[in-house]
Amino acid sequence: MGGSLTAVGLGLAVIGAAIGIGWIGAKAMESIARQPEAVGDIRANMILMAALIEGAALIAIILSAFVL
Amino acid sequence: MRKFILSFLYIAVFALISFAQDQHDHSGHDHSGHNHSHQTQNTQDHSGHNHGAQDHSGHNHGTQDHSGHNHGAQDHSGHNHGAQGHSDHGHDHHGPICGEERHHEFDAGENAIHHIADANVYSIGPLMIPLPCILYSTEDGWKTFLSSKFHFDKIGHGDGHQAVDRYVLDGGTVRRITDTTFPMGNVPISGFIHKEIDKRHTSFVCYNNKLYPTDAKSTADGGLFGGGLTSFYDFSITKNVTAMMIVCTLLFFMFRSVAKAMDRREGMAPTGLQNFLEPFVTFIRDEVAIPFLGPKYERYLPFLLSIFFFVLGLNLFGQVPFFGGANATGNLAVTAVLAIIAFLVTNLNGNADYWKHLFLAPGTPWFVKIILIPVELMGLFIKPLTLMLRLFANITAGHMVVLIFVSFIFIAGKNGSYLPGLGVGIIGSTLLTLFMMSIELIVAFVQAFVFTILTASYIGASTEEHHHAEHAEH
Repeated sequence: MGGSLTAVGLGLAVIGAAIGIGWIGAKAMESIARQPEAVGDIRANMILMAALIEGAALIAIILSAFVL
Repeated sequence: MRKFILSFLYIAVFALISFAQDQHDHSGHDHSGHNHSHQTQNTQDHSGHNHGAQDHSGHNHGTQDHSGHNHGAQDHSGHNHGAQGHSDHGHDHHGPICGEERHHEFDAGENAIHHIADANVYSIGPLMIPLPCILYSTEDGWKTFLSSKFHFDKIGHGDGHQAVDRYVLDGGTVRRITDTTFPMGNVPISGFIHKEIDKRHTSFVCYNNKLYPTDAKSTADGGLFGGGLTSFYDFSITKNVTAMMIVCTLLFFMFRSVAKAMDRREGMAPTGLQNFLEPFVTFIRDEVAIPFLGPKYERYLPFLLSIFFFVLGLNLFGQVPFFGGANATGNLAVTAVLAIIAFLVTNLNGNADYWKHLFLAPGTPWFVKIILIPVELMGLFIKPLTLMLRLFANITAGHMVVLIFVSFIFIAGKNGSYLPGLGVGIIGSTLLTLFMMSIELIVAFVQAFVFTILTASYIGASTEEHHHAEHAEH
């Protein structure tokens, strides 16, 4: 991994993913508070969505390691 | 609380052991009393010096005899090693060629990468256990032997002292000497030197006062990920393969006994191991398989369970400290194969609707189709790609962070030369490592679950019975 620009890009990618996952978490908490009986479904979907967003960040990380 | 203190003590003791171990490797050359020095870490920064020293040395040391330690010649480089009383174990292989002038600085990142890499030796704590090597090169054909033939130290970092048919063991990994002037057969070598050449990490073998370049590590991807094509292929039973075999055997016996217990104790409350495994199985069935696959879940449940327990088992096995530290699910090749299997299962079971929606995107206007169809086709391959990268990156990142926290001991203690820092480092890194290990424990479960749930959702999407009534309203 060479260059500080790569590091900046990595940071930006992770910020994006963090905002996305934070948003999902916040909304999931809200939903659980509103409908506590649906907690199982909400949790499973929350993890699934978080994993999908994480994928985008991970692609950025891996590409920065391989390409640059 | 008592348990916490106990586990704290355990980790502190382990950290001390690993510190004592790494003293040999990282503390550079200024301290007396260590007999073998790890070339990987010590020599990379001062490559320029080696040839000069070689010319000065005057006498022919370090030739075929690998217990000849070139002590005399080291006087040239300004270190008076003879006085430090090296015990001649045969592993003091830094002669004038193999590095001197070590202003070695401990590189935490380098160290972490070395430890998560796959290897041809299995290490339990500091103890190195040989594994079978199965090597193929287009010039020499197949070679099979046990990696103990490389004569690495029983306790050390897996640097071989003997070359076997131009293969050498460097830091636990088999490499091949590309130079054809290097003799075949079993040849004692005096050490390794690592240099950056054209921004690529190249390792050199010191033999007979000459440096022989070695090929890059053999990779399963054929050099796709920047490794470049190598002159040899390593099909060995490596550390990761061993870990996978152990995990598979363990899972086999665990599930066999649980399945037997289920037959025997039908209708009764589960006991023992059954209590431990049944919640996982029912969880995967009720939370993953049924919601995503609907009524035909039974067809895919065995596959999903296999994926889940295989990934979970390897994740947890890779976390056991000082037991190989096999980073199998943090290895791109392993996760790639898992992702390819998931990809095949998804697409071979895809029904007509799935393929129609993939290639034709029915019910959308033509200008949307132009965009949508390429995106859908890309998505077909991006899905397994992310599946592969997610597991790999999560596990690798976790292991890296743990290793870097452990490295904190050496950074704060300045490689053992600064005792107060060492104390702070040990306490700090023990706490941080404990914290990170517990997070990793959660990650091990979450990633196994995520891999399974995503596979299930892909399979569900490809086998879904389509209701065309839905499309009518759009």
